[in-house]
Amino acid sequence: MSKRKSREAHLAVGDCVAQVQRILRERFCHQRLPDRPVGLESQYKHLLELLRRTAVHGESNSVLIVGPRGAGKTMLLRCALRELLELQEVKQNVLQVHLSGLLQTDDRIALKEITRQLHLENVVGDKVFGSFAENLVFLLEALKRGDKSSSRPVFFILEEFDLFAHHKNQTLLYNLLDVSQSAQAPVAVVGLTCRLDVLELLEKRVKSRFSHRQIHLLSCMSFCQYLDAFRSELALPDDFPDSKFSQEWNLNKSLFKSVQEILQKHFNSCKDFRSLHLLLLLALTRVSVSNPTLRAVDILEASRMSSADSKANILHGLSVLELCLIIAMKHLNDIYEGEPFNFQMVHNEFKKFIQRKSHSIHNFEKPVVIKAFEHLLQLELIRPVDGGVCKVQREYQLMRLMLDHTQVMEALQRYPQCPTDVKQWAISAFG
Amino acid sequence: SPKKRVTVMLNTVHTQCCLSSLLHQPEQYCYPSIFIYGHRATGKSHVILTLLKELELPHAAVSCVECVSAGLLFEQTLLALFGADSAALLPRLPSLSDFVRVYRQVCAQQPAKQTRYIVLERAELLRDMEANLLPGLLRLQELVDDNVAVILLSEIVWDKFRPNTGCFEPLLLHFPDYTKGKILSLDSNPSYTPELYSSYINILLGVFYSVCRDLRELRHLAALNFSKFCEPLEKGEAKEGNTHKLWRNIEPHLKRAMQTVYLREVSSVQWGQQQMDEKEATALRGLSALAHVELPYYSKFLLIAAYLASYNPARTDRRFFVKHHGKMKKTSFLKKHEKTSNHLLGPKPFPLDRLLAIFYSVVDSRVAPTASVFSQISSLVTLQLLTQVGHDDQLDTPKYKCAVSLDFILAISRCVCVCETKYLFLTFGLWLLT
Repeated sequence: MSKRKSREAHLAVGDCVAQVQRILRERFCHQRLPDRPVGLESQYKHLLELLRRTAVHGESNSVLIVGPRGAGKTMLLRCALRELLELQEVKQNVLQVHLSGLLQTDDRIALKEITRQLHLENVVGDKVFGSFAENLVFLLEALKRGDKSSSRPVFFILEEFDLFAHHKNQTLLYNLLDVSQSAQAPVAVVGLTCRLDVLELLEKRVKSRFSHRQIHLLSCMSFCQYLDAFRSELALPDDFPDSKFSQEWNLNKSLFKSVQEILQKHFNSCKDFRSLHLLLLLALTRVSVSNPTLRAVDILEASRMSSADSKANILHGLSVLELCLIIAMKHLNDIYEGEPFNFQMVHNEFKKFIQRKSHSIHNFEKPVVIKAFEHLLQLELIRPVDGGVCKVQREYQLMRLMLDHTQVMEALQRYPQCPTDVKQWAISAFG
Repeated sequence: SPKKRVTVMLNTVHTQCCLSSLLHQPEQYCYPSIFIYGHRATGKSHVILTLLKELELPHAAVSCVECVSAGLLFEQTLLALFGADSAALLPRLPSLSDFVRVYRQVCAQQPAKQTRYIVLERAELLRDMEANLLPGLLRLQELVDDNVAVILLSEIVWDKFRPNTGCFEPLLLHFPDYTKGKILSLDSNPSYTPELYSSYINILLGVFYSVCRDLRELRHLAALNFSKFCEPLEKGEAKEGNTHKLWRNIEPHLKRAMQTVYLREVSSVQWGQQQMDEKEATALRGLSALAHVELPYYSKFLLIAAYLASYNPARTDRRFFVKHHGKMKKTSFLKKHEKTSNHLLGPKPFPLDRLLAIFYSVVDSRVAPTASVFSQISSLVTLQLLTQVGHDDQLDTPKYKCAVSLDFILAISRCVCVCETKYLFLTFGLWLLT
C-alpha cells in the first residue's frame, strides 16, 4: 500500500498554541457570536418572530429585552439579526438604526444620529423643524419607496434603554413608540436594558404607547448545563488545522474531572457567560509553548485571581502606623457599634495602645499621625460622613471606616512582618 | 529582549506572566478593558508604558489629571493614535458620541492591524466627569467596533468605581507593593560601595519604614540626607565599616527630618542649607510655627477666651471666672465618658456675649468695649482662627467656634502672661478639662 500523505496536517506546537489563542481570544475578548444562543431558545424564537413580522409583513412592533449584565441581550439580538439578514428581501429592504443610552445622552444628539444612520443628511439639509415629531415624521416619509405605497421597515435598537428614560420629557421614546403604534411606517423598536423596573421609569403617555412586550433573560442554568457550557466554550472548532491537537484539547479528561469544585464556587457567585469568559481568559494567558494544554492548576490560579479581595491587597501595602490607625478605628467601631468617629478619637485610642501595650511602636508626633490618616483618606479606606463639608476643623471631621471586621483581621494575617503587639491588640476585645 | 528588561522591573513573576501574556500577540484581540490598581510608586505607569514602547504597540497615554474636561481626553487620544488631522475633526466641546463617531470614521480608513491601547492614569478622576464617560470607555471596543483596549490605572480599588446600574466589568490586575528587601536593592550611589549605601538605606528604613512605604518619599529622603550620612567619612572621622558611628551621626538627623521635611514644614532647600550651616542650635522654623506670631495683644486674649468658651461647658463659667463663687455642686461633668469629652468631639459654638464676658475676666487690665475689640474678632474670623457658625444675617447674636488647637493656645499664653500665676491659672483651667 502506498503511503498516502496524511490529510491531517500537523503544525508545530508554537503555531498550534498561537491558533488556539487567536480563536479563543476572539471568543472571550471580542464576544464573537455563537452559532446558536445557548439556553435561550424560547426567547430567541420570540424575538426572531417579532422582527420577522416587521421586516417581511410590515407590522410595527415594540419589545424590551430585560436581563442582568452579561446575560446575553446584545448577543441574542445580534444572532436574531444575523439570521434575519440571510433572507434576501430583508437584507435589501430593512434599515437599522443603533442608538446607545451611553452615547446619545440627549434627544437632540439622538435625532442627529438617526439622521446620520439613515443617510438622510443631504435630504434634511438646513431645514428647521418645529418639533421633534415633525422631524421624525419627515425622516420616515423620506424613506418611502418610489411608488409611495409604503415606507421601508426600520429597526430602532436602543441599548441602555433605561438611560433614554432620563431625557427631558422622554421625547425620543414617546415619538418612536408613537410611530410604532400608528400605522405610518413599519418600525420595530427594540430596547435592551438591565433594569427590571424599567417600566416604572416611563411616563404614563409613553408607557401606554408601549406594547408591554418584554423578553426576560433570567439565567436559569443548572450546574450541569454550566459544566457543559464550560466545555463548549473551550472547545476548538472542527476546522482547526491540526486535528490531533484539537482532539486532545477538546477531550482533556483530566481537566474536566478536577475543576468541578472551582467551577461550583464560580457558579454559586455568578453564573453568567461574561464572568465565565473572564475566568477562561485568565487561564488561557498561562497557555504557552512550554505549557500547551490547559491544566487544573491554571484554572485554579485564574479563579484565585478573579476572586481576590482588592481591599485586602491594598491593606497589604500600608505602613505599620497606618495599620495601627485602622485597628484603632476597628476598635472604635466595635465599642460604639459603627458610629462615626473623628481623628481625635482615633488618635486617643492609638495613644492608649502606645502607652499601655506597645513596645515596638514609637510614639509618633501628632502631625506625622495626621499625615498617615490623610493617606488612608486618599485611598478611600475611610470616608467623611457628610461628603467633606469644610466648616469643621479636619481633626474633628466625622468619618466612617469602609472596611469591616473580618477584612481587617484577614489582612492582618497576611501582613508581612506584623509586630506581635499590634496583632495582639487587634485580637483583644476592648483595647 | 524587551520583555526580559521589563521582567527585571516587575517585582513579582506572577504579575509579569499575566501582563505579558495579556499583551501577548497584538494581532489578536485583547480584553476590552483592564483595570490595574496598586499603591502609588509601585510602578504601574512605568511598567505599562515601557512595555508598550518597547514592544512598539500603538498606544495613547493620557493622565486624567490633565483632562479638566472630557474633550481634552478625546483630543489627546485621537492625537496619539491617529495623528493631528483626526483630532481636528472633533467639534468644539465634544461629547462621547462625537468621539465614537470620529473614531469610527478615522479607523475605517486605518483599520487596526494591531491592538490599540488607551492608557488612562489617575483613573479615579473619571468618576467625577460625566456619568456616561466611564461606562462608555469600558465598552469602547464594542462601541467603535475596532481592536482597541482601554487600560485604567489607579490606586483606588475597583469597588469604588462601579456605577449604580453596573457596567462592563474590566479585568482586574493588582500591582503588589515593594517588600523591604526589594527596596534595599533598588538604588545605589556611584561614589560609594553598594554595601555602604545599603546600610544607609537600612538605617533610613529603620526610622521611616513603619511610617511611610511610598517609594518616592523614601527616595526623596534618601537623596536629601545622604550627604549628611557621608560627612564623617569625608571628614575622616570614621571608616566605611564603622556602622555604629555612622548610625549615631545620622539617626537624630533623620528623626528631625521626620518632624520637618517629611511633613513639608520646611522645604528641601531649607533643609539642605541647615545641614551645611551645622548650627545645631538654630531650630528650623516650620510653616505652622509662623502662624501665631503677629497677633495684636487683645486678639491673643480673645483667642484664649474663645478656646475656653468652646471647650468649657457654660455652667462652669461661674466657677472659673467669678471670684467668691461659693461652693459648686460636684456634677458628673468631670466623670464624663471618655468619648464625649469635649476634646474628642471638637469645639462647641458660643454666643458673642459669652465670649466677651470671659474676655473681660481673663484680661488683666480694664478694657472698654470699643469697636476695635469687635473688629479684632472679625479679623480672627478672617484669619480662620475662629469660625463663624450660623447665618450671616443673624446680626444680634452671632455665634463662633474656636478653630485652633491647645498647643497653639498654650504658645500664645506664654507670650501674653507676664504674671506667672496667671499663666498657671490658665493652664490649670485648661488642663482640668483635658
